[in-house]
Amino acid sequence: MRVTLERTHLLKSLTHVHRVVERRNTIPILSNVLLRASGGDLQLKATDLDIDALETVAAVVEAPGATTVPAHMFYDIVRKLPDGAQVSLETTADGSALTIVSGRSRFSLQMLPETDFPDISAGELSHRFKMPAKDLRKLIDRTQFAISTEEIRYYLNGIYFHTVDTAEGPKFRAVATDGHRLAQTDIAAPEGSKGMPGIIVPRKTVGEIQKLLEEPEEEVLVELSDAKIRLSVGAVVLTSKLIDGTFPDYGRVIPQGNDKELRVEKADFAEAVDRVSTISSERGRAVKLTLTEGKMVLTVVNPDSGSATEEVHVDYDSDPLDIGFNARYLLDITSQLGSDMAIFRLADPGSPTLIQDAGDTDTLYVLMPMRV
Amino acid sequence: MRPPLAGTRTRSGACRRALDVRPTQRIADHRLRTWPSVRLLPRLPAPARAGERRCTACGSPRVLRHAELGALTIAHVDCDAFFAAIEKRDDPSLRDRPVIVGGGRRGVVSTCCYIARIRGVRSAMPMFKALEACPDAVVIKPNGTKYAEVGRQIREMMLALTPLVEPLSIDEAFLDLAGTERLHRASAAEVLARFARRVEAEVGITVSVGLSYNKFLAKIASDLDKPRGFAVIGRAEAPTFLARQPVSLIWGVGKASQEKLAGDGIRLIGQLQEMDAVTLARRYGAMGLRLAKLAHGEDARRVSTAGKRKSVSAETTFDEDLATLADLRPIARRLAEKVSAQLKSHGIGGQTVTLKLKTRDFRIRTRSRRLHDPTQLADRLFQTIDALLAPETDGTRYRLIGVGMSDLVEAKEADPGDLADPGAARRAAAEKAMDAVRQKFGKAAVETGLVFGSRKPDRPPRG
Repeated sequence: MRVTLERTHLLKSLTHVHRVVERRNTIPILSNVLLRASGGDLQLKATDLDIDALETVAAVVEAPGATTVPAHMFYDIVRKLPDGAQVSLETTADGSALTIVSGRSRFSLQMLPETDFPDISAGELSHRFKMPAKDLRKLIDRTQFAISTEEIRYYLNGIYFHTVDTAEGPKFRAVATDGHRLAQTDIAAPEGSKGMPGIIVPRKTVGEIQKLLEEPEEEVLVELSDAKIRLSVGAVVLTSKLIDGTFPDYGRVIPQGNDKELRVEKADFAEAVDRVSTISSERGRAVKLTLTEGKMVLTVVNPDSGSATEEVHVDYDSDPLDIGFNARYLLDITSQLGSDMAIFRLADPGSPTLIQDAGDTDTLYVLMPMRV
Repeated sequence: MRPPLAGTRTRSGACRRALDVRPTQRIADHRLRTWPSVRLLPRLPAPARAGERRCTACGSPRVLRHAELGALTIAHVDCDAFFAAIEKRDDPSLRDRPVIVGGGRRGVVSTCCYIARIRGVRSAMPMFKALEACPDAVVIKPNGTKYAEVGRQIREMMLALTPLVEPLSIDEAFLDLAGTERLHRASAAEVLARFARRVEAEVGITVSVGLSYNKFLAKIASDLDKPRGFAVIGRAEAPTFLARQPVSLIWGVGKASQEKLAGDGIRLIGQLQEMDAVTLARRYGAMGLRLAKLAHGEDARRVSTAGKRKSVSAETTFDEDLATLADLRPIARRLAEKVSAQLKSHGIGGQTVTLKLKTRDFRIRTRSRRLHDPTQLADRLFQTIDALLAPETDGTRYRLIGVGMSDLVEAKEADPGDLADPGAARRAAAEKAMDAVRQKFGKAAVETGLVFGSRKPDRPPRG
C-alpha cells in the first residue's frame, strides 16, 4: 500500500475514528486502526467490538492495499505533524511496518495484518430514515445526562429511542433514566421511522454520535434493526450494537395529576441552588425547597459543616409545601432548559415532580424527591 | 503465661462474711458480696507478704491487691465462653459436660465451654475436628436471639455504671469509669468487682475483667486471668510486663506484620521498646509509630460510644455441599430476609451487597455490588444476591453461603422512589405487610414461594 494525502484531512478523519479505540486492550488488534487504500480514497476504520467507526477520505493512491497500525500512536503522530503538510503512508516490502513520511519526519510503525481486523458492521438493517443533525443532537443533548451507570440494570445504560403516536401526530422520542431522574424529548417522527423497534443506544455510542453531529444542517442517515444501528454523517459511518434489554415502562412514572404549579426564573434558581449546595456534603446532596405563596426558600443543612438558606421569588399560589431534591440533579436539569422560565409541577414531598421548559413543550423531566 | 502482677489471688469461693470496713484501707463492701474482695494498699509493693494472702475482712483467699488499684479506670469486660455459658445456665444438666455451640454436623465451633477447651476444642474449629477431640460433647445450635438478649441485658448493667461503654461485640466491651468514683462511692476496681458479682447473680454467667489505664492494656488484662478473672496492669509494671510478651499481643499485628517483624529479628515487645520511634516509623511506616507507642504501653484511644456498625451479615453452613442455583436460592433468600430484618430493626439501610461462598475445599469467594440507592428491603437485597449468585453456580460445590450489607446509611436515605422500576413501591409495600404479619404471628406465618416449605419449624426453646 502506498498513499499520500493532506495531514489536515487525515487528522480530521483519525480524530473521529480513533476515539472508538479503547486505551487498554487485551486483544492487540483492537488497539489498531484499519487503513485501506483503493480507488481515490483512504478508508480508516476502528472498532471496540461494540462500535465500529468508518471514515473515507480522499487520497492519492499509488498502490492499493490495506493494513492496521496502533490507533492512538498513529493519531498522535499525525497530530504533531505541521499544519498543511503532506503525509505519505507506505507499507514496507516485507509487510512488517508502515512508514509515515512527512517533510523531514519519518516514522515506522509496526503493523498487524488487515485480515485479523474484526468486522461487526455486517447484517440486515430493517429500517432506514433521514433526519437533520440538529434534531438528533437535540434528542441526545436533552436526555444524555440522565443515562444510568448502574451495572445491574444494564438496560438503563443508554438512551431509549422509539416512536409514539401523540395527539399532535407521530413522534420520534428519546428517553433516559437512572431511577432518580428521567428525561424525555420528542421530535416529529421522520418519514420511514414508523414501525421501527424501540432501541436502546449504549452510552458510549451516544457520545460518539454526539461528536459527529458538528454541522446542524447536515442530514443524518439512520439505519437500524433491533440489534444494530448505523448512522451515516458526511464521510463517517458509525455502526453500533444496541443494548439487548427491555426499557422499563417509563410512562407509568410520569406524573399526570400534579396540581401544584411553580414557575421560577431558571437562572436565579440555578444560581441559588448552586450557592446553597456549597455547604452540602458529598454524601447528602439534598436541598430543601420550602414553598409558600410567591416565595421559595432553599435550605441545605450539613451536620458536619453548617447550613445555608436563600430566598427566591417565584410564581406559586398553591398550598405551602416542603420538598427535597438532589442539588446536582436540579442543576443538571436546569442547565438543559432553553428558555428563561422553569415550570415545576408538584404533588407532595414523596412523589415524582415534573419539570418543564416554558419554551419547549416537547421535553419533560421527572425528578424523584429526597427525604429531608 | 501468667504476668508478673503485683498482688495475688486464687480462685475459690467468694467472700461470704460481712464485716466492718476499716477506714484506712477501704476494704470492699462485703455486704454487697463483692467479688473478688478488693483491697487498696497504696504503698504495699508486690509481691504481697505471706499471711496477707487472705482478705483481712472476711478471710477469703480471693484477694486482689495492686498498688495502683484505686487509680485505674479503663476496663475491658469479656464474658467467659458466652454462648456456652448461657446454654449451661438454661440447662443445668449440661453443667459438668463439655458443651459446644456451633452449627450442625458441618459447621464450625462458635463457642465451647471450658471443659471442652481442656480437651482441645477451640472456637472456629470445624465441628468434625472438635468432635474428634471431644466425642462426648453436647453440640447445641446457636440461638442468636437469646444471646443477643443476654448481651443486651449485660450492656444495660454496664451502662448503669458509666455512660462510656464501647461495645466490641455481643459479649465484650470497654468501660471508662473515670470520674464515677464519687457517684458510686467506690473506686473503679470495686465497682467492677461488684458488677462481675452482679452479672453472676442476676444473669447467671461469669465475666472476666481487665483493668488498666488504657484500652490496649485493659484488653490484654481481661485475657490474663480468664475465666472468671480480674486482672490489673498498672503503669508501673506495664513496660516490664510487655517486654516479655510476643509482638502478636499488640492489636493490629497480625500474621503479616508478625512475619515482617520476625524477618527483622523482632519477636518480643521488649525489642521494640529498645528501638526509638523514628527508626520504627522509618522502617514500618504508620504501623511503626503505633508499635513504638504501644510497646511502651501508651495508647491514647478513648473509650467512645460512637463506634459505628459497618456491616450487617448472615451466613450458614450446609449439612451437605450444595451446587445448584435451585438449592442455593431459597437459602440466599432466607439470609437476605435475615439481614433485612436486622437493617430494619436498627433503622439503617445499606448500599453495598456482598455474597460470600465457601467452596468444598474451603476457598472463599466473595462477590459484591454497589446498589444505585441504599436499601433495607429483603426484596432488593435478594435480587442483587440472585444476580451475583447465578454466575457462581458453575458446578462448584459450596459448603457455606453468606449475605452481607455494608456502606450503611440512615433508614431515611434508604429506598427512595425509583423511576426505572414502577413496581418497586408495590413490592416495598408488600414486604412491609409481610413484616407486619410476621411480627404478629411469627416468622413462618408468611413466606415467599421460593422459601415456602424449606424453612425448618422454629426450634422449641431449650430448658
